[in-house]
Amino acid sequence: MEIIQIVGLGLVATVLVLVVREQKPMFAFLLAAFTGLFIFLFIIGKIEAVITVLEQLADRSGIPSIYLKTILKIIGIAYIAEFGSQIVRDAGQESIASKIEFAGKILILVLAVPIISVIVETVLGLLPVGS
Amino acid sequence: MNIDVSAIFQIAGIGIVVAMIHTVLKQMGKEDMAHWVTLIGFVVVLFMVVSLLNDLFQEIKTIFLFQ
Repeated sequence: MEIIQIVGLGLVATVLVLVVREQKPMFAFLLAAFTGLFIFLFIIGKIEAVITVLEQLADRSGIPSIYLKTILKIIGIAYIAEFGSQIVRDAGQESIASKIEFAGKILILVLAVPIISVIVETVLGLLPVGS
Repeated sequence: MNIDVSAIFQIAGIGIVVAMIHTVLKQMGKEDMAHWVTLIGFVVVLFMVVSLLNDLFQEIKTIFLFQ
């Protein structure tokens, strides 16, 4: 029952942040960031297990491993960008947060370009030649 | 993972204690000392947060095949 641990941790950290914020807002921000990092690190072990299973499935079904690697990279970029932008947004810098999200979207798009081109080529190959 | 939940309480405790010391030093009329105390406490906490952030990024790099 790890969810109980995490929810309890979040509640306790929230109370502590509320207490500290009145005195020192800087420490409250760092505390919130630390809590988020901690929960993320707690969960990332589970993600590793899921990804191992996904890799086995992809091996068995014969999908080229470059696709799986690209998708995993995209998921990683999405996690990091989301995390960073939320922490920055907590600190009140809305514009920097949206720039981080924008950069994440662009990087994901760049990684997805080979896959998109493969899809387009496949669709073109399905079309009847000549008209 | 060498950092456990008590680090959260440590950070909150550092914050409260630093705020207390800041108030006391300000009452004593030592404004500059109070600001130094705040700065040092902040650097200590920042070090903890950044080392945890480094851990997280290394984990994500190894898991999501960034190498």
